[in-house]
Amino acid sequence: MNTDINAVERRQFDTLIIGAGGGGLRASLQLAEAELNVAVVSKVFPTRSHTVAAQGGMNAALANVSPDNWHWHMFDTVKGSDYLGDQDAIEYMCRAAPKAVYELEHFGVPFSRLDNGKIYQRAFGGQSQNFGGDQAARTCAAADRTGHAILHSLYQQNIRARTHFFDEYFAVDLLKDDEGHVLGALVFNIHDGKIVVIEAKTTLLATGGAGQLFKTTTNALINTGDGMGMAMRAGIPLQDMEFFQFHPTGIAGRGMLITEGARGEGGYLVNGDGERLMERYAPKAKDLASRDVVSRAIAVEVREGRGCGPNKDHVMLKLDHLGEDVIQKRLPGIRQTCITFLGIDPAEAPIPVFPTAHYTMGGIPTNRYGQVVVPVKDTPEEPVAGLYAAGECACVSVHGGNRLGGNSLLDILVFGRAAANHIIKYLKENKYHRIIDDAVIKKVVEKVNRFDRVTTGSETVAGLRNELKQVMEEHCSVFRNKEILQQGVAKVESIAARMKDVSIDDQSHTFNTARVEAFELENLMAVALATIHSANAREESRGAHSRTDFTERDDKSWMRHSLYSFENGLDYKPVRTKPMSVESFPPKPRVY
Amino acid sequence: MNKKEINSTNYRWQCRRGMLELDLLLNNFVDLGVETLTTEQRQAFELLLSYPDQTLLDLLLGNAVSSDPEIFDVVRLIRSTSFN
Repeated sequence: MNTDINAVERRQFDTLIIGAGGGGLRASLQLAEAELNVAVVSKVFPTRSHTVAAQGGMNAALANVSPDNWHWHMFDTVKGSDYLGDQDAIEYMCRAAPKAVYELEHFGVPFSRLDNGKIYQRAFGGQSQNFGGDQAARTCAAADRTGHAILHSLYQQNIRARTHFFDEYFAVDLLKDDEGHVLGALVFNIHDGKIVVIEAKTTLLATGGAGQLFKTTTNALINTGDGMGMAMRAGIPLQDMEFFQFHPTGIAGRGMLITEGARGEGGYLVNGDGERLMERYAPKAKDLASRDVVSRAIAVEVREGRGCGPNKDHVMLKLDHLGEDVIQKRLPGIRQTCITFLGIDPAEAPIPVFPTAHYTMGGIPTNRYGQVVVPVKDTPEEPVAGLYAAGECACVSVHGGNRLGGNSLLDILVFGRAAANHIIKYLKENKYHRIIDDAVIKKVVEKVNRFDRVTTGSETVAGLRNELKQVMEEHCSVFRNKEILQQGVAKVESIAARMKDVSIDDQSHTFNTARVEAFELENLMAVALATIHSANAREESRGAHSRTDFTERDDKSWMRHSLYSFENGLDYKPVRTKPMSVESFPPKPRVY
Repeated sequence: MNKKEINSTNYRWQCRRGMLELDLLLNNFVDLGVETLTTEQRQAFELLLSYPDQTLLDLLLGNAVSSDPEIFDVVRLIRSTSFN
């Protein structure tokens, strides 16, 4: 690997985009079509980004199936966010949604159709007509593979528009100057370890979520919060990280999601004593109670020693009473997943389940133009020159305390495009590259080269990572109170302090995945610190952040965004309750 | 093919995919099954890795069956290691 920084390859672009999921590719397409010189760096081949796993669909008030308009969509999103979402950004997103869908259609996404030829829309939880009235049907889908269709269409469009791709390159750190301008990033080629400095007038982080923080997660291995870690090391706080969405029924120890449809068809949960547990926690709704209630019930059963299996660390989802015909007809995907991964046919035996981490609501703070914003003196949201973020790694914040199904694909597309539009404007006024100080590059080169030397560090990447994931699952998952969180803070701090002793066995430069995993762990560690500190401090229950010692939402003290940075620890800023053009939705109890 | 040879291929990185199900099935196979593959089976495995994620998922979860006997064989081998 290069040690002389004069020998390090340098490339110059108008914009550098880190991450090639839906958010990154929507932005790069907009920029490439504006004839800007745009580079996309992705650690995996672009069509292997996690957007490919989004099955459900994308919300837009097209009114093809039920009466609908963007204002109702906005109301549902504000209410769903438990009033922590920024209402200007939410209005912007809901207004832009129909256009985002039609654009995708023109890019070649094969949306499912109604008999009359219009785009089919399905009903999802949390969607209403007329501000909390009847169920709306707002989600546009391309069968059960919407994310796959969007990602492939956007990738093809980018190839046509001549976007420059750095496939299988890993971005290590952002490069900044003394005045705080972000000037690009240092990356290396995973194939041969070669370092490249990508100088860019603007940089967009679009690296996705951080589900790998938890032992049980639905997220792919690539979801290690890389952009969030890079931002934190560049002095930028992370916002609202205590809000992490969990799904109650993931396959225990594996994470894959068993859809609510399984309980909808009559499946129910049992504990180690064979007791139907939800009868105690939600006597009326039982197994169909809301996600957070079911998740906490499972966590309580396990904590109190009524779990199943040799370690009593999960409960069972029973479906066998439904009969093979019903399961094969209505839940074929679940049956196949259980047979493949567990060797269990749910028609014959129950499925071991535990709450699984699904979606990062928090992230890098941005405004609705995708600009990364930080507090400076009395200004809570001062843009960082040259830096943008979009998608799950960003917190714009449209999801607030809780994301609605169908709003995540919408978020990445609307704000990927909005960020690109702002970049185009910014570049008209900022035409030249600023100079990067050699010392800034040298520091990151040395960090990368650290793993070239054979060291005798006492810690392994896999060992620390597994320990971190276990601690986060035990101390920052669905069951939170002061004692558990404070213990978690101490444990995560102690694991983070051991990072400096990490060594890797492989010093080669060819496909050295051990080196990549070490940098991914560094990113996860930063995100873990932000998450557990923010959760420990927020003394209320709101959205996905639910505490047994502070069970109510406290708008007076806590209707504000958390910010956590290495430099300043915790800080807060107000929620933007004023929309762009309509009246605010004041906080009300979130009852469905 | 020993562990060192496997590490010098890009298999492990090619098994980093957009879906958790694929990550688990493919990485497990690289740990447990790749060493014993014949040259022909290795070529089929490499071809399989070039497929889009959704196609891979359909094949590996048994929702679709490949008409290529060599791919069919490798899919069977991957599925046989899936409980570990």
